[in-house]
Amino acid sequence: MNYSMSPPQASNFSGWHDLLFYALLALTAVFTLIVGVAVVFFAAKYRVGSKANRARPVHEHLPLELTWSIIPLILGVIMFLFGTKMFIWERTPPKDALNIYVVGKQWMWHIQHENGVRENNTLHIPVGKAVKLTMISQDVLHAFYIPAFRIQYHVVPGRYTQTWFTATKPGTYHLFCNMYCGTQHSEMGGYVYAMEPKEYAAWLARGGEDTPHLTMEQEGARLWNKLGCGNGSCHGSSDSERGPSLNGIMGKTRKFTDGTSVVADDAYLRESILQPYNHVTAGFENTMPAYQDQIEEEELMSLLAYIKTLGNTPPAKTPLEPGKGAPLSGPYNKSVPSFSTGAIEAQRPGRPGASPGNNSVGAESVQKQGSKE
Amino acid sequence: MAAVTHDHDHHVEGLHHQFEDMEQQSETYLVGMWSFLVSEVMFFGAMFLAYSLYRWKYQADFHAVHENLSVMWGGINTTVLLISSFTMVMGVHFAQLRKGKLVQMMLGATIACAFGFLFIKFTFEWPAKAVEHLVPGPTFGTIKEALHGANPRPAELFFSLYFAMTGFHALHIIVGILMLAYLANMWRKEHPLVTKDYVPTELIGLYWHFVDLVWIFLFPLFYLIPR
Amino acid sequence: MSDLNPSNAAAPEGEPTHDEGVSYLEAGHTIKSWLLTGDHKRIAILYLISTTLFFVVGSILAGLIRLELTSPAGVLLENDTYNKVFSAHGIVMIFFFLIPAIPAVLGNFLIPLMIGARDLAFPRLNLASWYVFMAAGVLAVFGLCTGGVDTGWTFYTPYSSLYSNTQVTIVIMAAFLAGFSSIMTAVNFIATVHKMRAPGMTWFRLPLFVWAAYATSVMIVLGTPVIAITLALVVLERVFRLGVFSPELGGDPVLFQHLFWFYSHPAVYIMILPSFGVISELFAAFTRKRVFGYHFIAFSSIAIAGLGFLVWGHHMFVTSQSMYQGVVFSLISFLVAVPSAIKVFNWTATMYKGHVRMQTPFLYALGFIGLFTVGGLTGLFLASMGTDVHLTATYFVVAHFHYVMVGGTIMGFLGGIHFWWPKMFGRMYPEFWGKLSAISVFVGFNVTFMPQFIVGFMGMPRRYHYYYFAPEFQIYNILSTAGATVLAFGFALPAFYLTWSLKKGPKATANPWGAHGLEWQTASPPITANFVSTPIVTDEVYDYSHMDEYEQQKSTLEMDKPGTPGVETKDGEVIAEEPK
Repeated sequence: MNYSMSPPQASNFSGWHDLLFYALLALTAVFTLIVGVAVVFFAAKYRVGSKANRARPVHEHLPLELTWSIIPLILGVIMFLFGTKMFIWERTPPKDALNIYVVGKQWMWHIQHENGVRENNTLHIPVGKAVKLTMISQDVLHAFYIPAFRIQYHVVPGRYTQTWFTATKPGTYHLFCNMYCGTQHSEMGGYVYAMEPKEYAAWLARGGEDTPHLTMEQEGARLWNKLGCGNGSCHGSSDSERGPSLNGIMGKTRKFTDGTSVVADDAYLRESILQPYNHVTAGFENTMPAYQDQIEEEELMSLLAYIKTLGNTPPAKTPLEPGKGAPLSGPYNKSVPSFSTGAIEAQRPGRPGASPGNNSVGAESVQKQGSKE
Repeated sequence: MAAVTHDHDHHVEGLHHQFEDMEQQSETYLVGMWSFLVSEVMFFGAMFLAYSLYRWKYQADFHAVHENLSVMWGGINTTVLLISSFTMVMGVHFAQLRKGKLVQMMLGATIACAFGFLFIKFTFEWPAKAVEHLVPGPTFGTIKEALHGANPRPAELFFSLYFAMTGFHALHIIVGILMLAYLANMWRKEHPLVTKDYVPTELIGLYWHFVDLVWIFLFPLFYLIPR
Repeated sequence: MSDLNPSNAAAPEGEPTHDEGVSYLEAGHTIKSWLLTGDHKRIAILYLISTTLFFVVGSILAGLIRLELTSPAGVLLENDTYNKVFSAHGIVMIFFFLIPAIPAVLGNFLIPLMIGARDLAFPRLNLASWYVFMAAGVLAVFGLCTGGVDTGWTFYTPYSSLYSNTQVTIVIMAAFLAGFSSIMTAVNFIATVHKMRAPGMTWFRLPLFVWAAYATSVMIVLGTPVIAITLALVVLERVFRLGVFSPELGGDPVLFQHLFWFYSHPAVYIMILPSFGVISELFAAFTRKRVFGYHFIAFSSIAIAGLGFLVWGHHMFVTSQSMYQGVVFSLISFLVAVPSAIKVFNWTATMYKGHVRMQTPFLYALGFIGLFTVGGLTGLFLASMGTDVHLTATYFVVAHFHYVMVGGTIMGFLGGIHFWWPKMFGRMYPEFWGKLSAISVFVGFNVTFMPQFIVGFMGMPRRYHYYYFAPEFQIYNILSTAGATVLAFGFALPAFYLTWSLKKGPKATANPWGAHGLEWQTASPPITANFVSTPIVTDEVYDYSHMDEYEQQKSTLEMDKPGTPGVETKDGEVIAEEPK
């Protein structure tokens, strides 16, 4: 659980907004304190029966009235000037801003980048570059709200509205619809991914895919690492105590502890992964865990593709997990803040989790919508 | 209200218990009615605001489509209402002179004018719009000639405002007829509330003039749009 | 304090005249005598019963909302149900409780008494307004029970006109009717205050409650018809497709917002101004002093009524109205804070050199000062455009307007009810329970809504059913719900002890608080005609320093002596004298 009391500061406006906010907070605290102290003090001093001097009470006092009219007035006008200055800044996008287009509809955000890349319920943007959003709604009113950037503007049917910001800190931030728009209003949102410009460019170049396209072999290598097949002494480059080497296994005849044998092919390898106990290679114990129901067929195909390469070439340099290695590093990867993904199952059994391809909130709305129809 | 009668030296006919004298009662009535009329001004004011906004936005379309409205019928109705205002004024005048019969005649004439206005509106004007498919809805503007070259969306807006504003005005006319009829009946029965004091009659008159005044604005705004 | 007619000159001034006439409560016991009454006091009681019922309905709905938000993924409601619940909460509370509560209950009861009139100017109109109000209420409840509305109380187009599949038409008709009811009441008050004042009751001798009610009435007369016609146009658009606000039909959705807030911002002042009036009365009575800066408080009410009509655009800084429009609205919004500040300072200064008595109504008044100060000052965050962009439509706004409307209006209403309860029913309530209620409401309220400021600043949007994607909001929602239970306890208490007091409470004297004002000159409860004879006012308003000898004795000398009528003893009990 996160006990923060303020949203992250992640745009050019955040600092100024918070300065203004805390100034107003100080003003509120001071005036509340003045009134509170005066009330308590008077209540105590002039409680009925007290010996306080009550001679010549005052009922009207023009200078006093003017004082407490003019001081708040001046303070108010000062705050007005700063607030207005900031608002005018917020309403004046720089000319060289990056254009991104937003369409709101019940209950999704469609976002389009200038090179044609589209995304739903997520917004990828580069840090350090002014971004101008041009927005319109297909149906009712919505409001595009990114608390971390301190920006919000209505998305109105029949007219374009604009807002802009410059993200300053890479990270994943909330995107909300903040104008009530019907049944799934609270789920019309997602995440903003602020990334380093280079990574944003790479993301755009990938056509908006979160991960670069991997060949089946690369994907298989990734799984090989993930499942730890080559870890320790299981399936190394040569046979070990725990397991046989799989180098160049395809087409070779395998001998089993029960005396039978088979020529290794795709079917054999698949079975050996899912139900390794069926055929334990001679000379080894039945120690390998069964991967039945643990692995998708698609993944299995990739894994087999990788296994076939073992021993042919020096072991392929395997890409690492997203978020751990070079091409996928940075905060923009899809591991949304840790509290986000698990929360759904944790809070409400039966609620479908965020789908792997799109961790945004609205994606779920779409699924639900689809299933109803 | 027996508890208060000893407050007055004598009970004045037509004076309600909460008032001290006839003058206070009349003045209070007038303040009440004017407050209500201010409220009514704001009621129509909001619609006039919407009208101004859209006319400013779609001046050309409003001009084009307004030609569909009949200036003749609108003019006749304006005249009818002006006459009714005159008869109403005469009614109040005779009420001051306490000539009950003449008051009833004048109120009757006013009611007749009001019915005439509604008759023209509901037989010659509104039904014609339905025939020409100018009632906002899915079939709006399907007869191209009726639009007089205006774009259908602004034209639909024009007729939305037309029906809303003249509709609410017609509603006020109907309420006015009921009030006038009630008042005329009180005069017929020589109820002291109206015969002892002309102010109640004047109040209904104020309301009626207000309703006329609204039409005086509606007529040029819808029927006489300049290019 | 006022000269009575020669016929009654024998009676000591300020002494109730129990034997003259029958109390309004005794003037007929049949249901018919209540339902067909023209007596402003009885109509006030009718309003008290009906608005209390609506308050209970609204509170239950609020409880459902708070329960639902304890978990990020909801507790027992579905999305649609939740949307209907918060819409119903807003509609019932605003149109059927906050707007009518103080004017229609306390205003109806007190204005004629305070200005020395026998009744309001138009008793039958007054009764009609209650029937229209009830018709509206029944229609609204019917609409809410047969499907409800999911538009929020704001009925924003085009959602309300073309998209929502709920009972929008019926509920809008109800709001429309409720508006007519308040116009009727307002016209009545304006005519009454203008023309029905007793001899000698000049404008600047009017109690500040009357000033506040008058300013409120002017706002109702000017603002309510606008919302009425705007909502009527929404219905026309919904039912007959007369497009005015929907872009699909050529209209402009932002025009709706302008017209809506043209009424609905002043409506905030319609809700809070009468409460200001009550607080002024309480400060005068419980410090035994003329309200400090009477003229400034009176004129600040008028200033608020005037400026209040020019600030509606501050609800729309981010709704695509022009930037320059926003600048003007923001400036005026800052200006309207000044008269409110003047009031708070003047009330505080009233305590200076006063005789402060910490009794239940005054505890409510002090609670009001605290809550309204916070509510008013947090309004500046929303008037300042730079900060409003982030905060608008978040829980910060929710907390702000609850501080103003609950902390302001309901504290004022409860303070007023406790203050005038002995006048209305001739019975005292148990002081201990009254104080407990006032303190519970104050504490519970702060615990409920203070966390909402924080969660709003963190960016939690209002009207959100789920927030499973942002569990960092949860702790504040749980705190808020915990506070709401204390608040509910504080609100429930008066229902019990006030009802108990109707039969069992000690009988109250005509002036149990030793307060100044015409309403305390007549019996508790007052006779049907209010006064035995029309009072003639000769002294200034809140003139405690020149109260006649009898009142002086009663109010200052005997004040410290336990057992004095209406005066607090050490145990916090109020002992009233037995009827003669």
